[in-house]
Amino acid sequence: MSWFRKKVYPPFWKSYKECFRGKQNSEFKNIRFIVFDTETTGLDIKKDRILSIGTIAVIDKTIKVSDNLECYLTQDLFNTETVKIHGILKQGTIHKVTEQEGIIQFLEHIKNAVLVAHHAAFDVAMINQALKRLNLPKLKNKVLDTGHLFVKSKLDTSKKHFSLDQLSHRFNIPQHDRHTASGDAFITAILFVKLLCILKKKNTVISIAYLQRSNERIGL
Amino acid sequence: MNTIAKRISDFLKDFPPFNMLPKDELLAICKAVDILYLEKDTDLFITGTPIKNQFYVVKDGAIGLFEEETNTLVDECDEGDIFGLRALMRKDSYKLTAKALEESIVYSLSAELFENYITTNSEASAFLMTSFVSNTRYSEPKPQNQSTEKTQDFFEEQSIDFSKNPINCSPETSIKAAAIIMTHKRVGSIIITENNKPLGIITDKDLRIKIATGIISTEEPVTKIMSSPVITYPENITVAEAQIAMLKYKITHLCITKDGTPNSDLAGVLSEHDIIVVRENNAYALVKEVKRTSTPEQLQQVRKRAEHLLKRYIKQQIPIAFATKILSAINESITQKIIDQAIKEMPTPPPTNFAWLAIGSQGREEQLLLTDQDNAFVFNNVDENEYEKTQEYFLTLSKKINQKLEIVGFELCPADMMASNPAWCLSVSQWEQQFKKWITTPDKDNLMLCTIFFDFEFVYGDKSLVSSLAESIFESIESRDIFLTYLGLNALKNPPPLSFFRQFLVERDGEHKDQFDIKARAMMPLVDAARLLILSKNIKTHNNTIVRYEKLAELEPQNKEVFLACLEAFKNLLYFRTQQGLLHNDSGRFIDLQTLSKANRLELKSCFKAVKEVQDLIQTRFKLSQFL
Repeated sequence: MSWFRKKVYPPFWKSYKECFRGKQNSEFKNIRFIVFDTETTGLDIKKDRILSIGTIAVIDKTIKVSDNLECYLTQDLFNTETVKIHGILKQGTIHKVTEQEGIIQFLEHIKNAVLVAHHAAFDVAMINQALKRLNLPKLKNKVLDTGHLFVKSKLDTSKKHFSLDQLSHRFNIPQHDRHTASGDAFITAILFVKLLCILKKKNTVISIAYLQRSNERIGL
Repeated sequence: MNTIAKRISDFLKDFPPFNMLPKDELLAICKAVDILYLEKDTDLFITGTPIKNQFYVVKDGAIGLFEEETNTLVDECDEGDIFGLRALMRKDSYKLTAKALEESIVYSLSAELFENYITTNSEASAFLMTSFVSNTRYSEPKPQNQSTEKTQDFFEEQSIDFSKNPINCSPETSIKAAAIIMTHKRVGSIIITENNKPLGIITDKDLRIKIATGIISTEEPVTKIMSSPVITYPENITVAEAQIAMLKYKITHLCITKDGTPNSDLAGVLSEHDIIVVRENNAYALVKEVKRTSTPEQLQQVRKRAEHLLKRYIKQQIPIAFATKILSAINESITQKIIDQAIKEMPTPPPTNFAWLAIGSQGREEQLLLTDQDNAFVFNNVDENEYEKTQEYFLTLSKKINQKLEIVGFELCPADMMASNPAWCLSVSQWEQQFKKWITTPDKDNLMLCTIFFDFEFVYGDKSLVSSLAESIFESIESRDIFLTYLGLNALKNPPPLSFFRQFLVERDGEHKDQFDIKARAMMPLVDAARLLILSKNIKTHNNTIVRYEKLAELEPQNKEVFLACLEAFKNLLYFRTQQGLLHNDSGRFIDLQTLSKANRLELKSCFKAVKEVQDLIQTRFKLSQFL
């Protein structure tokens, strides 16, 4: 009976899983955050596919340009409607990898970092969907959402859903390379650092648990 | 692919020294950048802490560098400015504290990559060196002799004019006969030749040492005392070569021969004096030419040549103080010549003694480019019933002078600050009353007039009239302390735009909309401050702003640094304005900021720092805070 049999996972997943063994780094200052963004063919998690992933690391409120990943995935599914948003052509000159290769690179890169994204639930779901297609379990990382962190800052209580555009405008973050995965990841990283500063002012000690805590899932 | 690194390099490529690096090298640096976000008032590094292996570039916002002990702002860095590098090069702890003056984003760059790419690039490292010298006052003083070096550089490549008809005699000539020839021809040397080839030389010095001491009889032949062999050079010898040869052989005369060897025909003799003449030749020649001219039209030509000279000075980076002195001397001699001509055209000689005064920037001898005229006239006191007639005479004379100066190229003053204006053509006692009135009722207009007329400089006529004027100013000031307070407030009316390049402080409307007024916003505050401080010391002999700051630095050793910074700043601004003026063929007063290079911006910024410092000093000294 196959559901009793222990699943056998490929080596990259094993080494990814290894990262979560043992005591996790708990000192906030030393935590490696990976701010990331995915560009997709659309917003339907089941149907749509990831076109590109961009990440950048933040450690101790410092954005590490050297610690980044930028990869583009080959597509079978192609949505001409979203091309005008992300600008990635089906063919084009950019070097592309398969979805599996992209996921491998992503897992190798993020390791046990705390993931950060704007409306993170969507990006995480897209990655999880890709993992599922590879017969793999869901991401194991802790996840923070900059949209949620902004609501937590209580700077604006008018609504609970703020777009990256609205927030980057509000926080004076130049919108270069908006709608590329790397560009959005970078904007999100700056937003994340700014929000950390604001939240730190309100709370002398901030922890991942505090940043994660939320009653509602937003962003999906 | 690294879109983010590319974006960072897109930003850095506009700023020196990064703009001097090849694309791939810059990108390699950018790939390793850390990006820091600093909230207002947070520290990036603190005095005394060990250096990090990083240096910083401001992306957004502003970082202030503070001296910890006194908590004074030493430098303000904004977009594109580099900091934290000095400590890195010195490899010890931070000497300053870096604090965010406002919310800022800062790029932190790796020191290793910096060393790999930037210090190995000669252009980039040269930029950093000069920006260190000009950007902050935290720099090693420039070597004192720099200015003279520069002046010489200019002439060194030039070939030299030597005397083409050297005085010579045969070896059989007696010393006495040779001395007679030298005296007759008024030369300091004589060459002893045989078949027109130089054998030896006798100079005045030989006559003094060997003859006048009685050691050798004057009846002996010249060969007895001549220096031989002679040092010979070819005809195309440069100033530098000549100087080196004289130093090397410890001699003051060189023989010039056809092929440069002692075995060819004598072509001339080059003395130390010829080198001195060459050095001052250009300006000297112009002043000499002024003396020979007879019409304003000819003087106009001389003035045009002076303009060329100025252009070359600027191009060759001749020190501005030197250029100013030369140009002022030329302007002065032109004016003197014009006055001579005008007096000749009058039907009768002047009825009494008078003096022609340059006022404003002309009076301060700070005028390099052709601008409009600013002058005034003072004449000896005369009987009351003679006054009108006397003034009438001098007004007619002044009008002639103003018109002739206009022909030369000095446009008439649109505000009529000229000697032909009855208000500015007065007797000594009338002037004294005028000054007194301004000093006792220092309203806005009167203060403005003070700033123009107090900087008067004697140009022509009876100098004693001028000294009594100066004395009367000090007497009036002494009896009215409050006047200096007003003058102080006036000097502070244009605060320096310290955060200048982020909030472009430009003219809001009019012809020069969106341009920066370098005169009103940077130079006048320095001029006003120098005048106030020197007046408060009862010194009238120093009109020139550079000289005033020199004197102030001497009088107040405790504030020496501030005054020297002002002096440097003023020189830079004057230089800069002249350069701009020559470039755009105007007064150079309004500058389009977009056209400035980062290096120019750094220099301008350091000038503003000096303005700020001297204004702070004035505010404290004249207790002006209560009025501001």
